[in-house]
Amino acid sequence: MNASSTLPAIGFSHRHLLGIEGLTAAEVLGLIDAAEAEIAVSRQVEKKKSVLRGRTQINLFFEASTRTQSSFEIAGKRLGADVMNMAVGNSSTKKGETLIDMAMTLNAMRPDILVVRHHSAGAVELLAQKVGCSVINAGDGAHEHPTQALLDALTIRREKGRIEGLTVAICGDILHSRVARSNIILLNLLGARVRVIAPSTLLPAGIERMGVEAFTDMRKGLAGADIVMMLRLQRERMDGSFVPSVREYFRYFGLDEEKLSWAKPDALVMHPGPMNRGVEIASEVADGSRSLIRDQVEMGVAVRMAVLEALAAHLPNA
Amino acid sequence: MNAAPIERREGRPVVFRNARVIDPSRRLDAKGSVIVADRRIVAAGPEADRTAQPAGAEIVDCKGAVVAPGLVDMRVFVGEPGAEHRETFASAGQAAAAGGVTSIVTMPDTDPVIDDAALVDFMTRRARDTSEVRVWPMAALTKGLEGHEMTEFGLLREAGAVGVTDGRRSVADTAVMRRALTYARDFGLPIMHNPADPYLAGTGVMNEGETASRLGLPGIPKEAEIITLERDIRLARLTGGRYHAAQISCAESLEIVRAAKADGADVTCGVSINHLTLNENDIGPYRTFFKLAPPLRSERDREAMVAGVADGTIDVIVSSHDPQNVDTKRHPFAEAADGAVGLETMLVAALRLVHAGALDLLALFRALSTRPAEILGLEVGRLAPGAPADLIVVDTETPWVLDADTLRSRSKNSPFDGARFQGRVTRTLVAGRTVYEYFSAA
Repeated sequence: MNASSTLPAIGFSHRHLLGIEGLTAAEVLGLIDAAEAEIAVSRQVEKKKSVLRGRTQINLFFEASTRTQSSFEIAGKRLGADVMNMAVGNSSTKKGETLIDMAMTLNAMRPDILVVRHHSAGAVELLAQKVGCSVINAGDGAHEHPTQALLDALTIRREKGRIEGLTVAICGDILHSRVARSNIILLNLLGARVRVIAPSTLLPAGIERMGVEAFTDMRKGLAGADIVMMLRLQRERMDGSFVPSVREYFRYFGLDEEKLSWAKPDALVMHPGPMNRGVEIASEVADGSRSLIRDQVEMGVAVRMAVLEALAAHLPNA
Repeated sequence: MNAAPIERREGRPVVFRNARVIDPSRRLDAKGSVIVADRRIVAAGPEADRTAQPAGAEIVDCKGAVVAPGLVDMRVFVGEPGAEHRETFASAGQAAAAGGVTSIVTMPDTDPVIDDAALVDFMTRRARDTSEVRVWPMAALTKGLEGHEMTEFGLLREAGAVGVTDGRRSVADTAVMRRALTYARDFGLPIMHNPADPYLAGTGVMNEGETASRLGLPGIPKEAEIITLERDIRLARLTGGRYHAAQISCAESLEIVRAAKADGADVTCGVSINHLTLNENDIGPYRTFFKLAPPLRSERDREAMVAGVADGTIDVIVSSHDPQNVDTKRHPFAEAADGAVGLETMLVAALRLVHAGALDLLALFRALSTRPAEILGLEVGRLAPGAPADLIVVDTETPWVLDADTLRSRSKNSPFDGARFQGRVTRTLVAGRTVYEYFSAA
């Protein structure tokens, strides 16, 4: 009955999970395999394990998030941890308290695991240097969102049976997307062919050198794709006008049934959420039979449990 | 002319013997002596070996060490008034003396902004009373550094400003820049400008390119500098104004300056020591001490900058000394302040280029001492007989490792913490008076 006894040995020896960058393929596969085993825990009546019993997990979110924060909260609770959520608006740092000050304050309360989201790239790594506990990056600026890439990989592998050799098209606001960066690194690591599709104003400079093929035309970019991964058009992050209007964006880059027909007949659709229906994705596709969007949410809990458990194995006094 | 604040101080005559004397103003690199008396150079070079020594002189055997004109640093942010916790004239002066910098040109980006003759006067007096080295203030080009209204160039010059600049800021309004260049010409006042289109630079925090994309940081394209530099040079030619680009950072800018000079334009430019010795990859895992403006560029650009100094296309090397503290630097990269301290390390970092064979000492001191003084119309920056005795003795060989905590600046934001250097300043004289001397522990 105790699921933890069935967990594969994953050989994950890092103190923090700050990004996919720096992980080996074996480590990534180890986490995905471990997550596979966690799925069952969430599907049974008794959803509680005890590997984190007595541990304190603080979810420190400098940027509002409903789904990622609740996913980490549920993952921590199902492993037996005491979970506290701290939502810190941008205002608090403007009051004069720096990120470092806040990290030191929290550190003094002796948490075991900090789950951190911050609007600035590199902020989570900076914080990790200053605290004594394990840190999980739940998204830092436009840099990385490693658990999202892991849950996407788990979702893909469960549906397609593999990742190696698949063609994955990531579409939308690549420029501002940490999800895109983490996925590009992870999918390359596991041998997928990665494409990005976006208007040129939303493609970062030198993106080809990260191991992707870049397209500005959905028809060309989707041809032969096994997976179509849509990104949220993060309008609130844009300083200027990167695209002229929602209707023009949807016309050329919004995923509807017609555009999806340009991909492989068995292509599947993903979205990290939250979706803007009618902006980057049509409801008919989001709710259609080829959508994996709800599976992604379920896999999110499993992956976060696996990550928490992997890090807990290396906590002091473990 | 400007107040030369150190002149009041007396110093005993000194004779530096057995030295390698470098004086770019006379293209001199030769064994010889340097004789200092009454705050001025009496003789320097081989001929000084045959010159009579002043009575009561201190005789120094340099054992082959370099004696060169003290450095004239054209871009220094001090912090006084308004940010004395980061740097004062006193602490900047000590850092400068230890780094072989005998003249610092201060930027007007203070609180309040130095955009009024009375403030220039305050700066000059305050610096005279507290700094070990000469301080030459630059005043604001536009009121409040806002980029809209010209300041009183004539009154500022009379008060002692050696030039006008908007410091870290860039004047976006082309018409304002044109009129400023036109009006400044009447006073012979150089305009030092930071060429960086603020709109194109936008929210960028490092060089645009693959590295920025991987780090998820917004980039600043080189074109923000290139376009503004092109604009400025065309305006300088249109108006006949004296234009100096405070810092360039990329190969394309170098070509623009090279072409303009070949075509006879009266323009000059500088580069920071950081852009000669570091590149964007040094940022590594979001190290904010490497967050600079202009941003560190590619290795190809760095190599172009070194070549530009070697062939004289780039006139001056500056430290762009910008003291920042924990309160402004210990933040996520995008939120941290730009800038690095550099007064104390500029020369030793530049010696790396000499040891690497990329520059000779004449080219180096031309850019560090002689050209900046010429551009600003100062009589320092050379060892010619009669010139002020602002000079340094440099051991170019001894290796050492920098511990940033030992820097004399009040702020320790050095990108060279833990760096290995070869060579150091062993003595600094300002107006014939020794303001720094290094005593080796051995």
